Parts: sequence; C-alpha cells; structure tokens
Amino acid sequence: MKILIVDDFSTMRRIIKNLLRDLGFNNTHEADDGLTALPMLKGGGFDFLITDWNMPGMSGIDLLKAVRADSSLASLPVLMVTAEAKRDQIVEAAQAGVNGYVVKPFTAAALKEKIEKIFERVG
Amino acid sequence: MTSETQAHDNQLFVKDLQESASLLVEKLQGNDYDEAARLIHSIVESRDKHLYQSVGRLTRGLHSAIVNFNVDGDLSKEPPEVDRSEIRDATDRLKYVIELTQSAADKTMDMVEEAAPIAMNLGQEASALRTEWGRLQTGEMSADEFRSLYTRMEDFLGQMESGTDQLGKNLQEIILEQGFQDLTGQVLKRVMGLITEVEQDLLSLVRIAGQVEEITGLHVEADNEGKARVVEKSSGEGPQINKDQADVVSSQDEVDDLLSSLGF
Repeated sequence: MKILIVDDFSTMRRIIKNLLRDLGFNNTHEADDGLTALPMLKGGGFDFLITDWNMPGMSGIDLLKAVRADSSLASLPVLMVTAEAKRDQIVEAAQAGVNGYVVKPFTAAALKEKIEKIFERVG
Repeated sequence: MTSETQAHDNQLFVKDLQESASLLVEKLQGNDYDEAARLIHSIVESRDKHLYQSVGRLTRGLHSAIVNFNVDGDLSKEPPEVDRSEIRDATDRLKYVIELTQSAADKTMDMVEEAAPIAMNLGQEASALRTEWGRLQTGEMSADEFRSLYTRMEDFLGQMESGTDQLGKNLQEIILEQGFQDLTGQVLKRVMGLITEVEQDLLSLVRIAGQVEEITGLHVEADNEGKARVVEKSSGEGPQINKDQADVVSSQDEVDDLLSSLGF
C-alpha cells in the first residue's frame, strides 16, 4: 500500500506518517502542496492520498478536483485531513468526491477509523 | 484617487500662488501697498485652505486605513466597530495560539509524567529480578525463594506487557499533540499577513502626511490606496478559532453527521 501524505507543515506530515506506521502502513511518501503532489500521483503507483486543504501553491481541494479530473487517478481514494471546519467546505469536498474528511486536531482513533472505512468501501 | 486629488489641489495652489505673486510684485512696484497687503493676506488664506484640505485628506486617509482593518464593519458607522476589526480578530487568533500551545504543552507533560513512573517501576523491578536471578544461577537460592521468584517473574512479565502498552500509547499521544505546530502555524501566517497589510496602510498614511508637508511640491507618490483584501476561497481559511459559529463544525462527529446526510 503506497500512500501519499500532502501537508505544508512537516510536523503534521510526520504525525500522520507515524500513525500510519502504527496501523501497519510503512510505504508512505510526502509532498508539501498540490503542485508537488500532482506530478508524484501522476507518476503512478499510489493507492491512497491523504491531503490537507489549506496549502500555498495548490490547495487540497484543488488537488482533489485535479485528481478526480484525471482519468488515471479518478478512482484514487482521498482522505482530507484539515483544519477547515466550515460546513460549506465539507459539502464542497464531498461534492468534489472526497472519500473521508477528518478535522484537525484529530485523535489516532478517528484517523484509523476513517482510513479503515475507506479501505472497506473501496475494497 | 487621493493622490490625484492631492496633485490637482497642489497644482491649483501653485497656480494661485504664482498669479498672486506676480500681481503682488506689480502692486508693490506701483506703490499700491493696501492692495499688496490684501494680496499677502489672500496668499496666506489660500495656503491655509490648502493646508486644511490636506489635513482633512490625512484624516480621511487615517479613518479609511482604520476601517480597512474591519472584516465586515459598517463603513458609515462612526467610530468604526472595533469589535469586528481585523486587529481584534488577530488578537483572538493569537489567543488561540496561546491556548493551543498551552494545551499541547500540558498534555505532553501529563503524558510524560504518567509514563515516567511506569518506566521507572519496570526498570527497578527488572534490576531486582536480575539480582535474584543471579542468586538462582549461582545456586544461592532456597526452594521457597525460588517459588516466590517464579511468581514474581510472572507478575513482572504481566506488568511489562501492560506497561509497555501504556508507554506506547502515551508516546503516540505525545506525537499527536505536536499537531499544534501546524494549527498555530496556519494562524500565525494569517496574522503575519495582517501585519504586512497594517504596515502598508501605515505607509500610505506616512505618504499622505508627507503630502501635507509638501505644500508646494508637485511630486506625488504612486497610488497608495489600500488594496481590498481578497481571500481566495479555494485556498482555505485555516483553523476555525470560534467553533460556536453556526456554519462551523465543532467536532469530528459533526463532520461525520454532515457527510452521512450527504449520502456518505
């Protein structure tokens, strides 16, 4: 399972990476915004994308839209882990095709649950 | 616009001054002192008027610079509502940074304080058992002592299991608590943006003030109107520091409810 973690704060990338390692996912890669993430995703091989929303360059919501618009990536499971907590933002992410939404600050249990749910659904 | 008006005013003033000056020379040469005195008086008046106008513009500039800090303040209100100013907003944001860093520091220290005695007890018990074990190896141990060591060893393995489990949990909690760095960082970046804006607005004020002093000058600085703050929606808003707002979710549960209402 190859996972890409996209967040502009390296601390948060490390935290997520750490939690994923506890969950048994060791093949994680990192990008600091949508602009660096997109070419990595297009490079292929990723099974799961975890992205922040608020980032310089290309935001997470734009990255999500770009992923869904790309035929080779359209079905990639995407979990948004973000501090953005407005209802209309969550609705926007849902409409853009997000598979899960976790608000920061989050607990290890919440992240685990969402990730497991996504994998259950996409099988 | 302010600069253009100022330039126009300056031009009028200088033109007025030049006309009055040549007239004054003429009157003086013609020994018409009464008329000359009247002219001098009108020059002073015109200078005062120009000064008043410039000061008025400075005041308006100051006012609009202050109003610019408002998020959705009513511009017609006097004085502008400080409650909703961006400065106040920034203060709230910084307060949030303090709260978040404090809570992260507290929780991290709680976790460490909880973990430290567990690690210490395990270590002490391990070294005590090691001594006993040494006695067993050298055959210094009685059968009763061995029986007690036997159960003690079993207890210790149990303690070891639950202790390391607890330690692992605490370490993970500590890692998770470091998320404050991201959340506070986002908030601080916003406040930094505001400070840059305030700096620009203050620079505008300095320019306006400079124009007041520069009564006879015609060199007008580049347009320094405060630029409207454009927040690009897709770039996000950062952490919501006030979770009580109706349009903001206050917990992961609410996110889940909202998503399930959307068919997730």
